[in-house]
Amino acid sequence: MSDFNQSFPLLSFLILAPAAGALLISLIPADRAKLLRTIALVVSLVVFVFSLPLYFGFDSSRTAFQFEEKYEWIPAFQATYHIGVDGLSLLMILLTAFLMPLIFLASWHDIKKSVKGYLISMLLLETGMMGVFASLDLLLFYIFWEAMLIPMYFIIGVWGGPRRVNAALKFFIYTMVGSLLMLVAILFIYFYYGKVTGMLTFDLVQIRDLLFPENYQIWLFLAFGLSFAIKVPMFPFHTWLPDAHVEAPTAGSVILAGVLLKMGTYGFLRFCLPLFPNAALQFTPLVSILALIGIIYGAWVSMVQPDLKKLVAYSSVSHLGFVMLGIFTLTHQGLQGGLLQMVNHGLSTGALFLIVGMIYERRHTRMIEDFGGLARKIPIFTAFFMIVTLSSIGLPGLNGFVGEFLVLVGTFLTNKWYAVIATSGVIFAAVYMLRMFQRVMFGKLEKEENQNLADLSKREIAVLVPVVAMIILIGVWPQPFLNKMEKSVDHLIRTVQYRAERVQQAPALAPVDLADTDLNNQQNDDVKLANKSKPFKSK
Amino acid sequence: MVTSQDFYLLSPEIILTLLGFAVLILGLIFPRMYRETLLAIVLIGFAVALLLSTQHWALEPATAFYGMISVDKFTVGFQCLFIIAAALTLLLSMNALEEKYLLYSEYFALIIFATVGMMLMASSAHLLTLFLGLETLSVSLYILAGFRRDDPKALESSFKYFLLGAFASGFLLYGIALIYGSVGSASLTAIAGRLAQPSDATGQDFFTIGVVLMVIGFGFKIALAPFHTWAPDVYQGAPTPISAFMATGSKAAGFAALLRLLLAADIMTEAWWQQLFWVIAVATMTIGNIIALRQDNIKRMLAYSSIAHAGYILIGVIANNETGYAGILFYLLSYTFMNAGAFGVVSYLAKSEQEYVNISEYRGLAYRRPFAAVAMAIFMFSLSGIPPTAGFLAKFYVFSAAVQADYLWLVILGVVNSMISLYYYLGIVVVMFMQAPEGEKMPITPLPAVGVALVIAIFGTLNLGVFPGQWMDKFQTLARSLM
Repeated sequence: MSDFNQSFPLLSFLILAPAAGALLISLIPADRAKLLRTIALVVSLVVFVFSLPLYFGFDSSRTAFQFEEKYEWIPAFQATYHIGVDGLSLLMILLTAFLMPLIFLASWHDIKKSVKGYLISMLLLETGMMGVFASLDLLLFYIFWEAMLIPMYFIIGVWGGPRRVNAALKFFIYTMVGSLLMLVAILFIYFYYGKVTGMLTFDLVQIRDLLFPENYQIWLFLAFGLSFAIKVPMFPFHTWLPDAHVEAPTAGSVILAGVLLKMGTYGFLRFCLPLFPNAALQFTPLVSILALIGIIYGAWVSMVQPDLKKLVAYSSVSHLGFVMLGIFTLTHQGLQGGLLQMVNHGLSTGALFLIVGMIYERRHTRMIEDFGGLARKIPIFTAFFMIVTLSSIGLPGLNGFVGEFLVLVGTFLTNKWYAVIATSGVIFAAVYMLRMFQRVMFGKLEKEENQNLADLSKREIAVLVPVVAMIILIGVWPQPFLNKMEKSVDHLIRTVQYRAERVQQAPALAPVDLADTDLNNQQNDDVKLANKSKPFKSK
Repeated sequence: MVTSQDFYLLSPEIILTLLGFAVLILGLIFPRMYRETLLAIVLIGFAVALLLSTQHWALEPATAFYGMISVDKFTVGFQCLFIIAAALTLLLSMNALEEKYLLYSEYFALIIFATVGMMLMASSAHLLTLFLGLETLSVSLYILAGFRRDDPKALESSFKYFLLGAFASGFLLYGIALIYGSVGSASLTAIAGRLAQPSDATGQDFFTIGVVLMVIGFGFKIALAPFHTWAPDVYQGAPTPISAFMATGSKAAGFAALLRLLLAADIMTEAWWQQLFWVIAVATMTIGNIIALRQDNIKRMLAYSSIAHAGYILIGVIANNETGYAGILFYLLSYTFMNAGAFGVVSYLAKSEQEYVNISEYRGLAYRRPFAAVAMAIFMFSLSGIPPTAGFLAKFYVFSAAVQADYLWLVILGVVNSMISLYYYLGIVVVMFMQAPEGEKMPITPLPAVGVALVIAIFGTLNLGVFPGQWMDKFQTLARSLM
């Protein structure tokens, strides 16, 4: 497998193939909708197939980045096209590749207006998402992070519901506001690194060896953190999310919940924690409390939603609160749980949006009160809906349980009260999800319109089966996935602790390399840097 | 002694001047000549001038004609920029020329003369050459702005531009006189060397006042706040391609002249000059962006946006470092593509000057004219500075220069301004893509030349945004030669 890795730029393929597909589609006349759809589906399937060697070829005993590629890109800024994966990003890339074909299949009949533009946007979005998760260069990361907004903006704004324009604008501007400050922070890091070490670089692998003085860390953490917190979204930056989710077309909601929100939590893992460990430790109580508020608030608001899609949207706020809580425990269990929960939420909330979309296609309403007693009419639908609902609640045996349990264990180890509050969130989740399920599926079938509902078509079953299969697989056998991330999580925790101590002991010290003995197989950038670096002169 | 070397150094300007006269004469002799033929001739002439200019890149900095002209990398960089802007303008003009009163040979010739004026500004080594270049540019533009002479808006445009331009020229000349009185020479080398021979305090003051007056003069040309008020009216009334030309080429020329002056006078190291420019930059960005929010005429909106962009570019001037100067060049080049593109779409769509000027007319454009809508969207995203377009890297470049020079607050204000600008740029995208088309308009078939110009602009915008490496290297070399 490693030979394959060296000879074939696998990651670049995953990033560029969707863009190439988009280019191909743009050359075909718009009236050949079926052909266009098929091409998009095939491209996304090819990307998924090529993402499998990434998973199986990934060596989970190493902490270093794998499948690395590095080319010169903008020499004037020493910015490089540097990509790679580790245990933190691997599953995210797989999740993206896994969801995309399902989305194309799910929106086969759903999207009728300018199909061509829709498919192009979706494929470009996939390129952007892959790029975000694979980038190891700050400038490259930022470009993918921002560029991804454009297709998503169109997907919400053109193919969305009645209030789509506002929702799209809100989504775009919220995200932009956060990321522009991140840009200033990136520039600051770039020149600060240059001042300290005498060489300029955007390369994350090199920059993460630099220790920032604590007061700088605080500002940088805030600048990065704001843009990630908006993306997650953490309470109180969540207000764009319900709008965007409700107005977006089904496929857009799935991608938004499945992948885009994870970019925020991923950003915390990739940048905020390792680069600014002292600030991260200082902000832990604040972030944890905001995460707890998010958990409870999201759950409470979900309870009173009359609209299915809005309910699922607010449940996202609650679930992402769990992820953030887990990450900021900075314990092994919490981080692993948080990471796994990122995947789980992508699967189960993604599936929920798919299911809501399917029923909306049949009835053109999403109001809970318009349904009731559907279980007998559409049994296959009910079965899928049931499994996904239970997964979202966190029933043992399904994926949600594993993630939430790990998060709670991690939280319990660091702060018992947080764990108690978070657990109540699980209970609320059961309340709102089960109540919703009950009101939609059980009871008497009173509405005339619901008498003739059709059960799932073969296409729709094909969409849901893979998701449900993964939900059950992770639920009963999470170990392979946990193994993939274990070393990276370990490494991250040690990085934070080690570096935080260094700063506290001697704040004016030069950057240090991480003296991990098992890091030998990492390329020796760290060592080189340590030799090159000069003592940090205080300003 | 004037030698052949002198003529060689001035060859791009000479070629273009001859080309301008040739076009005028051709128009007289063959009044019914196809405008495509004329366009081809002019473009070939531009290509030759571009080639000649790039020949000078590798030369050591040299002066010609008794120290009136200097040719260095700075000159070459700007001259190439002007030629690109002028060529795009000409291609875009092919639609506007449909109108009966646009006598194309004169129109072409005026654009060529304006280009010569700009090139002279970039290659001046003497304040009088600078002034000469500026006037050649301005006079041509006064006429071009009023070219649609039976439209009152065009007359207003031309007259306003002329009046305010005359004032600006007055300031400029006054400034030149004071500097001459203080230094004893108006040559830029003498100005740069003035600190070597100490003069009395009055002389120093006169010098400072002189530079301030000159900066005001250039401020008019670049449309810096508070000298920006002419821009919206003039851009609105002028033929659309000419608005593009004023916003890109003429603005770049103003920056070229301003940089020549500032680098020679070497004043950006002084605190109060930095503060002055800091205030001007912030005011320019903010005023431009905030007023642009309320525009419903697309040409006026682009005018205010162009004011705001001048403010961003000024950040590079304030940073006063290598990255900053390279950033200015990169910004101006990116801006030429994206802004000429944005005006270009207006020109592409409109059969006459009254069409497609109100933003509401763009409703649902994506469903009627997808190419134009996608092109416009790319330019809007680029103007608002979203990757992967040139506009992002351009802003990134000047912002990074300012961070390097420790102007963190300036950058943050620039970033806040970018956020404000998002709103109106996205507004256009919303109108084009997210609103239903209004009524059925007969599709018109624009001339291929305009489409070609748009394709070039799109290519430039995306290419600079994704593969900026070699351009940045060039500009970095250029900036290094300045320091």
